[in-house]
Amino acid sequence: MPISQRIAASVAATAALSIALTACGGTTKNSSSSSDSSSAATSASADPNAPTKKGLTVAFLPKQVNNPYFTISDNGGKKALTALGSSYKEVGTSSGTDTSGQVSYVNTLTQQQVNAIAVSAQDPGALCTALKQAMKNGISVVTYDSDTNADCRQLFISQASAEDLGRTEVQLLAKQIGYKGEIAILSAAQTATNQNTWIGFMKDELKKAEYKNVKLVKVAYGNDDAQTSFQQTQGLLQQYPNLKGIISPTTVGIKAAAQYIAGSKYKGKVQVTGLGTPNDMRAYVKNGTVTAFELWDPSKLGELAAYASVALASGQISGTSGQTFKAGDLGTFTIGDKGTVLLGKPTVFNKANIDSFDF
Amino acid sequence: MADLKHLDVRNYVRWDTVVGALLIALLVGSFSFVDNFGNALNLSFLIGNTLPIALIALPMTMLVVSGEIDLSVGSTAGLSGAVMGALWNGGMAIETIIPLCLLLGLVCGLVNGLLVTKLGLPSLAVTIGTLAAYRGIAQIVLGANSVTDFPEQYLDFGAGRIGDTFIPKAAVLWVILLVIAGVVLHATPVGRSLFATGASEEAARFAGIRVKRLKLVTFAVTGLMASLTGIFWALHYASARYDNATGLELSVVAAVLLGGIDFDGGKGTIGGAVAGVFLLGALQNVMSLVNVSAQSQIVVTGVLLVISVLGPRVARQIATARARRRTAATAAPANTAPA
Repeated sequence: MPISQRIAASVAATAALSIALTACGGTTKNSSSSSDSSSAATSASADPNAPTKKGLTVAFLPKQVNNPYFTISDNGGKKALTALGSSYKEVGTSSGTDTSGQVSYVNTLTQQQVNAIAVSAQDPGALCTALKQAMKNGISVVTYDSDTNADCRQLFISQASAEDLGRTEVQLLAKQIGYKGEIAILSAAQTATNQNTWIGFMKDELKKAEYKNVKLVKVAYGNDDAQTSFQQTQGLLQQYPNLKGIISPTTVGIKAAAQYIAGSKYKGKVQVTGLGTPNDMRAYVKNGTVTAFELWDPSKLGELAAYASVALASGQISGTSGQTFKAGDLGTFTIGDKGTVLLGKPTVFNKANIDSFDF
Repeated sequence: MADLKHLDVRNYVRWDTVVGALLIALLVGSFSFVDNFGNALNLSFLIGNTLPIALIALPMTMLVVSGEIDLSVGSTAGLSGAVMGALWNGGMAIETIIPLCLLLGLVCGLVNGLLVTKLGLPSLAVTIGTLAAYRGIAQIVLGANSVTDFPEQYLDFGAGRIGDTFIPKAAVLWVILLVIAGVVLHATPVGRSLFATGASEEAARFAGIRVKRLKLVTFAVTGLMASLTGIFWALHYASARYDNATGLELSVVAAVLLGGIDFDGGKGTIGGAVAGVFLLGALQNVMSLVNVSAQSQIVVTGVLLVISVLGPRVARQIATARARRRTAATAAPANTAPA
């Protein structure tokens, strides 16, 4: 058949061409090593005594709009901006993995000349070009909850250190299962930056001697979708009948896992912990499915992002480590390494304290 | 008398010209009334965001004209991006990686084409299958990683624009491909064969067109273009991930249908497809600028699509009805007194 011969010939030609090109060398990861450490816009001078500007517009761009977690967080931002006499707006994609959508929202905000953008990045690299473009146009850029590469924003408002979160979740679960047995992790999307960082610290924590009888058998992904997370929980328990505990470092996942276990024969036998909101988890804590879980206050995270955005836009800070800024009732914060601002240690919720939180 | 018929306006009102006119109207209206629309930066954003769809729309138009469809293009693009990232991490030169990825896309397209032509399976079913399969392979290849550190000059090609104009650098490449696609579809025997195949495969075969070979090549070219889109996507967004370009196939099919390419095959123009692509792209850009929420944007796009599938059909029915009336009127005197 002439057609297959012709295809084979063209395939061979292309392959030969590629090999020839390899021989010639070219631009490789090592040769380019484009470590442009020119941290964007940080050279701008900051005046800690500059007045706080009013009438600014700060846009929140969460990973996903209408996600309860981000709704709480962004409402915290709205509260802070109202208190500061500035205006708030929220835009974003309805899918948590639509990175091109997030890029076009950053571009739109650049066009609309908002004063600051607070963004929770779906991908550490994808937003870089757009965010640098925004900074070039004089817009202050803050990331919150999920960071970009450090040179693509001025500040990262971190919910708690990734290390704290990862290690404490393992500590919580290990205590609940008596430092013995098989455990699994139910994460969100396989590409979620923050989830993967936490899981990295969880694995590191598990290497310590006190966890020698605790075995991580699987990391499952529920894509922050209630139904998928529910099915993944079911799958985990069928695959590992001796499972003693599940860590779900995502609010959607922990709720789905608790929901499945509460209605199954595993209730009381399999522990669930991770990151959840008190309102989501209250029923499961009260009926004994869940002993304890943790989270930072997402509303305060949004507030801090708003205060930081306004401080940047007012010229009080520029994003260099060591600078400090005031964040209303939250107190005074110092910018740490790589422009990171830490909200604080996570709060652990259990039967004793859960009723004093409402979010 | 007969010559006057050519001057009848209705002969010139075709669906794709309607879409083109709508696009021009939208652009003119936005230049006049939407703040921040008309500047070079925004126009470059508009074109840059639309380019992936515009790239795949070219071969997709040909496929749909020939009566087939490829829903795996978004996954092929994602797979190319993932392989590109993995090889880059492995230390291979980008000048080698790009042709290899294009080759991979060609193979993906060939697999689709062979399944359709050799096994005689419907392309809708085959490519829904490979949509999942190619995405799965992408996930195996790159896992949860995202690769962002591609060389500066390539990233600049993917995202930069020519000087301070509104034209993205990559758009030049697209214009060249557009001209090629336009010529092939509308001015060569290959194009005529595609239309003939889409109109009636049986008749085309009797007319001596090698239908299977034609389809196989079209699928292969579609795969090749999908991988080109995947490479562009990874460079444009400076991020190679396994889930790049998820859902791209739907945007492309939507735009092609809006451009008046008949889903049953046999009808359509490259110009219509391009107008459809940019009408959707511009509409999305304008809606974002005037703060229409993401959810409402989806509704608007959906409604437009339903109209675009219905519109040409209704127009055709009206035209046939009118033609029938006309023939009836002229024929009537001839067959008088049938009783």
